[in-house]
Amino acid sequence: MPRKFSTFRITALAAAAFGLSGCSANWGWYVVNPSTQNGLNNLKFLLGGLQYTILLSLTAITISIAVGLMVALPGLAPGRFLRSLNRGYVELVRAVPILVLILWVYYGLPQLSGLSISVFWAGVIALALSDSAFEAEIFRAGIQSIDKGQYEAAHSISLSYTDTMICVILPQAVRRILPALGNQLVYMLKMSSLVSVIGMQELTRKANELVVTEYRPLEIYTILVLEYLVLILIVSAGVRWLERRLRADERN
Amino acid sequence: MAAPGPIIQVDGVSAYFGEFQALRQVTLTVNAGQRVVVCGPSGSGKSTLIRCIYGLELFQEGSIHVDGDQLARDRKSMRAIRPKIGMVFQQFNLFPHLTVLENLMLGPVRSRRMARDAARELAHSYLRRVRIPEQAEKYPRQLSGGQQQRVAIARSLCMEPKIMLFDEPTSALDPEMINEVLDVMTELAESGMTMIVVTHEMGFARRVADMMIFMDHGEIVESASPERFFSAPESARCQDFLQKILHH
Repeated sequence: MPRKFSTFRITALAAAAFGLSGCSANWGWYVVNPSTQNGLNNLKFLLGGLQYTILLSLTAITISIAVGLMVALPGLAPGRFLRSLNRGYVELVRAVPILVLILWVYYGLPQLSGLSISVFWAGVIALALSDSAFEAEIFRAGIQSIDKGQYEAAHSISLSYTDTMICVILPQAVRRILPALGNQLVYMLKMSSLVSVIGMQELTRKANELVVTEYRPLEIYTILVLEYLVLILIVSAGVRWLERRLRADERN
Repeated sequence: MAAPGPIIQVDGVSAYFGEFQALRQVTLTVNAGQRVVVCGPSGSGKSTLIRCIYGLELFQEGSIHVDGDQLARDRKSMRAIRPKIGMVFQQFNLFPHLTVLENLMLGPVRSRRMARDAARELAHSYLRRVRIPEQAEKYPRQLSGGQQQRVAIARSLCMEPKIMLFDEPTSALDPEMINEVLDVMTELAESGMTMIVVTHEMGFARRVADMMIFMDHGEIVESASPERFFSAPESARCQDFLQKILHH
């Protein structure tokens, strides 16, 4: 199991590096020492953001995958009009920085639509919108990589366009783009930290708030780094597992 | 046993790929139950012809009628004609992510709206017919080329078409696997299926064809019964071609 070993080794190395430097005089680990009441409370406070980071990222990636697929399909159409719709969407959305999009959705969109949007949904909309352009390109590349013969074979058993996509093309395309989709999920987890600027109580916001009261940015942000690291290692392992499972028919 | 009247009527069809003319005024009549073998040098338009009959390729002039319906590029005519024709490709084109059984059941379940149990029965019966009932649960890449092509034939037959088109079905196979595929096709011919086969397997052509067609430069140069075709081809181009593939 070389893969597991290397993942484990990286994590252990990182932990050891932090542990060693943690012995020096510059560090004040008491601020998050779980054996003291204050340290324990601080740790709980920091971890309180975990559920929002996860919920925010998962909701956003689900929506962005769905939207991305919807945007990718016209990009594969023979007609120029549909293709230009796809290009327009991708170029426009891809050009807006995520932070700017978050601010625009949270402060700007309510004025435009007259509806007030909660911090959570503003975050979800901004992250999903921004990511959907990238998902669309990933799906387009994945679908285009499928051999033309697969469409002809689907045609030869009279499958409709929808059935061809659902039963023949997408299952094969998704297998090929799974590493890229995993990348996007990692990216999404990291970008969710930006939603802290509009007051979302996720991991980064919690850390910022604790720094303001405890004045120990080094230790608190180090914990924050570790929180993201652990989350993302779990996601990577999950994506790898899924890849192996889906490749069952390629084994021989 | 052939039913009277043409089941495929190709009238003056011309097809272009940009500047290149792939078919020149091709006219061909195939009666129900007839087995037509098409041969000719590469680039002569034989594949284009059957892909046009199948609606996979556009043609600019002429008309094609299949079983009384005119082939046009709209959804309605495609929906009427497609189920009548089965097609077997040179590269098999099986669905690699599905098992053999799932490959066979997909068409019946999704486009013929059959119940899964009935579709499974049907799939098994055609797997027996192509003599690989034991491979039902395997994935395509676990099979040999010959087995894959037989699965592809069974997949087409599961749609219960009236006409089967074969586009060089043995050209991608290792020599020792060609016969197992040809045997299945011979049996199919004996069962009365209307077939158009693009192939260079002249032994097979002699056994099953009741019409031979030779194409060159997008035209049908010669069309004759196998006896006449092999013993006394009329055109020089056809004589030359047969020389090359029969005495190499």
